[in-house]
Amino acid sequence: MTILVIAEHDNKALAPATLNTVAAAAKIGGDVHVLVAGQGASAVAEAAAKIAGVAKVLSADNAAYAHQLPENVAPLVAALVQEAGDKGYSHILAAATSNGKNILPRVAAALDVDQISEIISVESADTFKRPIYAGNAIATVQSTAAIKVITVRATGFDPVAAEGGSAAVEAVGAAHDAGISSFVNEELAKSDRPELTAAKIVVSGGRGMQNGDNFKHLYALADKLGAAVGASRAAVDAGFVPNDMQVGQTGKIVAPQLYIAVGISGAIQHLAGMKDSKVIVAINKDEEAPIFQVADYGLVADLFEAIPELEKLV
Amino acid sequence: MRRTMKVLVAVKRAIDPNVKVRVKADGSDVELNGVKMALNPFCEIAVEEAIRLKEKGLASEVVVVSVGTSAAQEQLRTALALGADRALLVETSAMLEPLNVAKYLSKVIDQEKPRLILFGKQAIDQENNQVGQMVAQLIGSGQATYASAVNQVDGQWVVEREVDGGSQVVALAMPAVVTCDLRLNQPRYASLPNIMKAKKKPLEIIAADTLGASVKEHARLLGVVPPAVRKAGITVGSVAELVDKLKNVAGVI
Repeated sequence: MTILVIAEHDNKALAPATLNTVAAAAKIGGDVHVLVAGQGASAVAEAAAKIAGVAKVLSADNAAYAHQLPENVAPLVAALVQEAGDKGYSHILAAATSNGKNILPRVAAALDVDQISEIISVESADTFKRPIYAGNAIATVQSTAAIKVITVRATGFDPVAAEGGSAAVEAVGAAHDAGISSFVNEELAKSDRPELTAAKIVVSGGRGMQNGDNFKHLYALADKLGAAVGASRAAVDAGFVPNDMQVGQTGKIVAPQLYIAVGISGAIQHLAGMKDSKVIVAINKDEEAPIFQVADYGLVADLFEAIPELEKLV
Repeated sequence: MRRTMKVLVAVKRAIDPNVKVRVKADGSDVELNGVKMALNPFCEIAVEEAIRLKEKGLASEVVVVSVGTSAAQEQLRTALALGADRALLVETSAMLEPLNVAKYLSKVIDQEKPRLILFGKQAIDQENNQVGQMVAQLIGSGQATYASAVNQVDGQWVVEREVDGGSQVVALAMPAVVTCDLRLNQPRYASLPNIMKAKKKPLEIIAADTLGASVKEHARLLGVVPPAVRKAGITVGSVAELVDKLKNVAGVI
């Protein structure tokens, strides 16, 4: 068996989620190849070659892949699989990031197979576990497809080591440009804090924060703890913070060592994004808030008194 | 004369988002008998966007389509009450795997020839987040997933997308597939007169096997279990006690 992992990157750096995806590939077993599709992404290909357990890196460096438009990347992946033939790739994996989720179903359709979304465990080479219904049920699914196309929920797998491998980097000449889509621009939020999905500690605020300015209390606490800052949908919809900070079923899925929920009631959709955290702390003045049902430590208090005090004491 | 600008919206009948699901005692699946069903929330956003495009003069007709059992007529009527012009039900009682749904829908698209096909970004039941992307591949169209704004510029669809680090804008040739995210719009409510009118709007039922799609099984559901239950937590009396627990008991700070 050979597994093709599609690298998550921004042409400059390899994203940590790739290491979790390689970990899932290692559990399936077999040779692991990593595809880096991008433009001017040689540093990414070199980083991918150093990942522990990677046998080969395929580098498709072309203007058509600069922004990893799915219309161009999906035919590249499908062609690589088809060229490799029957003894080629048995599995194609990508992280369940916005990029991975954008590209992979197109690959699956091109190969005339279904996709298994957001696996959290590997039971065997064809059987996987995945959450459904906002994490309220865990399904065990056996794929009968000839090629298994899978997205991997990063929080389900401990990352493999970023160093220690010495895979060969092989250039892929093919350039697929479907010519039906183009990149216009992007606006990425700038933050010096750790990335939300990879942070060991996450501090999240909800509607109880009352306004965007009050998030400064959470930023101060987060900086003291080396934490990332997240938010509930209510806080994002109210315009307190940008939507890439949203934790939940439709936002980011996180599973840090410590999750501190501040002024968050704990709707099912929010819990779906954080209930696998190791330790959950809830700070809320409503003692009936559902968040207390999943919290390891609950503090019924006014957050505007509790957060500054917490910042002082940690 | 303006070219017709038909918009097709794919919708799904799914569990009501406020229902807390339970796993069946035999572990075969979740319990859906007697459970309240609704239009999948992301599909509601897609329907709303189509209607707004029509109100802005960017769409001439809004057609909604669903793949499923005859019960899905209820959700199609909801979409008609919100403002869609007509509805199509691809009727089948088979297990609906995403690729099979995508194949049925691409056949419908071949017949209807819309300039824009709108989807919700995912259904809240199976959470696959696949069908829109698969349809785009099958019909050879561009796609913009997780849309937060949809505009038309110089004969292209220009779509702002929610991505992990922020937002991205892409331009797509027509026809294009767009899947709708939470912040695209706030869906309206259907008024009583519109619910009454919707009963008279056309709803065509198409037997799935007449579409000539080559569907097959790709996966088997072996079983379903409830998620692991977290052990009960404790309530602390003060911030100092909380810090002490986190440092000395949990060891996480």
